[in-house]
Amino acid sequence: MKKIFALTLAVLMIFSLAACAKKEKKDDGVKVMSYAEYDAAAMDAEVVIECYVQAHQSWWDNKITVYAQDEDGAYFIYEMACSEEDAAKLTKGTKIRVTGVKGEWAGEIEVMDATFEILGGDTWIAEPMDATEMLGTDDLVKNQNKLATFKGLTIEKIEYKNGEPGDDIYVTVSKDGKSYDFCVERYLTAPDTDVYQAFATLKAGDVVDIEGFIYWYNGVNTHIVGVSKSYSKN
Amino acid sequence: MKKLICLLLCLVFLLPLLGCHGAINQEPMAEPVAGYDLPDSFDTSRRHEITFWAKNDTNMTQVNIYKQTIADFEALYPNIHVNLKLYTDYSRIYNDVITNISTNTTPNVCITYPDHIATYLTGQDVVVPLDNLFAHEKYGLGGSELLFDGPTQEEIIPKFLEEGKIGGVSYAIPFMRSTEACYINKTYVEKLGYELPETLTWDFIWEVSDAAAKKGADGNYLVNGQKVMIPFIYKSTDNMMIQMLRQQGAGYSTEQGEILLFNDATRQILDTVAQHTASGAFSTFKISSYPANFLNAGQCIFAIDSTAGATWMGSDAPLIDIAESELVEFETVVMPIPQYDPQNPQMISQGPSVCVFNKEDPQAVLASWLFAQYLLTNDVQIAYSQTEGYAPVTSKAQQSEEYQDYLSRSGEDNDFYYSIKIQASRLLLDNTENTFVTPVFNGSASVRNAAGQLIEEVTKGVRRGKTINDDFYDKLYGDIRSLYRLDQLRKTGSQALGPLPGTAIFLLSAIGLTWAGILAYLIAQRLKKRQKMVK
Repeated sequence: MKKIFALTLAVLMIFSLAACAKKEKKDDGVKVMSYAEYDAAAMDAEVVIECYVQAHQSWWDNKITVYAQDEDGAYFIYEMACSEEDAAKLTKGTKIRVTGVKGEWAGEIEVMDATFEILGGDTWIAEPMDATEMLGTDDLVKNQNKLATFKGLTIEKIEYKNGEPGDDIYVTVSKDGKSYDFCVERYLTAPDTDVYQAFATLKAGDVVDIEGFIYWYNGVNTHIVGVSKSYSKN
Repeated sequence: MKKLICLLLCLVFLLPLLGCHGAINQEPMAEPVAGYDLPDSFDTSRRHEITFWAKNDTNMTQVNIYKQTIADFEALYPNIHVNLKLYTDYSRIYNDVITNISTNTTPNVCITYPDHIATYLTGQDVVVPLDNLFAHEKYGLGGSELLFDGPTQEEIIPKFLEEGKIGGVSYAIPFMRSTEACYINKTYVEKLGYELPETLTWDFIWEVSDAAAKKGADGNYLVNGQKVMIPFIYKSTDNMMIQMLRQQGAGYSTEQGEILLFNDATRQILDTVAQHTASGAFSTFKISSYPANFLNAGQCIFAIDSTAGATWMGSDAPLIDIAESELVEFETVVMPIPQYDPQNPQMISQGPSVCVFNKEDPQAVLASWLFAQYLLTNDVQIAYSQTEGYAPVTSKAQQSEEYQDYLSRSGEDNDFYYSIKIQASRLLLDNTENTFVTPVFNGSASVRNAAGQLIEEVTKGVRRGKTINDDFYDKLYGDIRSLYRLDQLRKTGSQALGPLPGTAIFLLSAIGLTWAGILAYLIAQRLKKRQKMVK
């Protein structure tokens, strides 16, 4: 009897170890894409990337939208599955591995239907690139989703989505005679943030430097995260 | 004493058994309140502050109408102050209300959908039942003490009023009504060699869409010469599934909360969607973006969206969301959604409704009710309906000279009298009797989401190279049931439980007989004792 019992225990132990080993192998087998590989991937292809969180929109309904970047490029991860508890861990610079599907929505290249895991170890925060000279050129879209600065823009129009503070702010700016639509996205920078409130003090004619993520909606539609006035039109 | 213990034990035994039949109803919905009694008079000596959560279609004219409405109402009732909170998304209102129910901080009046109210009703006395308020002599619909010329109950379109009932009790009044419409690039339909039929059919749309998906040797689409063409884009795939099922007489859900969505007709619809996604003929808003933007850029031929989106549709639309350089000139036609049976057209009825939330102070509820009713006055109804392809919900407004004049001036300009917008409104006015709504119960909002998600997942599946077969569907159905917790949805009411099974009837009868036996025994024993005492 004792022998049978010992044998059963041994078999169970072997099965447990085998199960663990299988899991380990699966993790090792994940092929993580470089940014170049991600960029080259076809639409609707499954992608696995590792990147660093730069910002995220407010968590809602077990989903979160993340602006992420690495040293080679940037990613917009739309409505990634995420618990509220995990959302709190997605601080700036956190390294994550994201598995999802590459998609395009109104010109914005994004990772859809994504899941993620937080990777320990290093953190990284992107320095904004100066994209001022790229405005109106094909180079801008090649840097889609990156954190960037745009200097010396003239404000043409500031419109609140609902006519009053509380929702998105649509900002039309111009540079060298061309107009561009930027946006203060309320789920990224809420009405109580400095950048949101700064727009209450700005007016058409003011010249500003803007920092934001190069988001796309039927053309460039930078999501603004910072603004500073360099010239005031009284 | 022994008998008493015996009796108690019997009761303890019996109660759990009785509970067995109610096991499906583990989280009972609050019992519908039959009526709510308003105070006899409105206290004008007190100041009442009420909040109104409103939804607009990202349309500043609508925002301004809300503001004007509040100003006009406050002029009539100076002791009521209305705080407006604006939304552009029903689901955000729904989410915020749910969050605020637990903290007793719901708004006083709220734009909503009956599906959402059914969820709010899982809380106790959260939403005010309106039937008694409708009928109130002084402050009811057309009441004697109202300071405005509101509609009587008979003047609210009965079909629309009926849509606010849950379990036979009215919890919402309609505010605006819309349906879905198909906005068509007629120029391209004819270029492809087709003529629009009198009534659109699904077969026609799929055939033309497949034809439009053909490319030339240069990789551009033949019909528009562009790199992009999605011939058929559907905005709300939940509506798509619901209407396709309804038109075929197939199951979706029942009034008792039974979910019939996962049936053979659904699978056939999904097969059709898969087939035309594979041919490049079909996509959805969630996957590709707004139908209007593709339509206006000459990259879509059939765009199905709400009639309340009409101002965005067409080369001459007053609201445009793409660069002017991308606009393409074409003839726009607006028609009812495609049908399976052209002789028996059916389309969804949708649009905002209004509910009143319960508060401890009955005077606050009365103030809220007065404001809710004010939204039905002609000034508000006509002005708001003119902002989009809406229809007013009262015959009083629909038949008014002002509204009839508005309809008659279709096409006078491309702004206020934009022809597509007015035609979209007419489409609903002409088809009100062909509209329907889906059953409302706690969880009906989830079933609706599930219906749309089935189409989204199949469309994505095809685009991602998955094989759409029985295994795919079996997994999809399981995933969707799980995602929307459809298996956990509680059924409501005795009808939902269905007839008692034979074993339960037998058991209950046996218990009844045992009880009768125990009682008979006790009585007999007592009589015997008395007789002994008498002797």
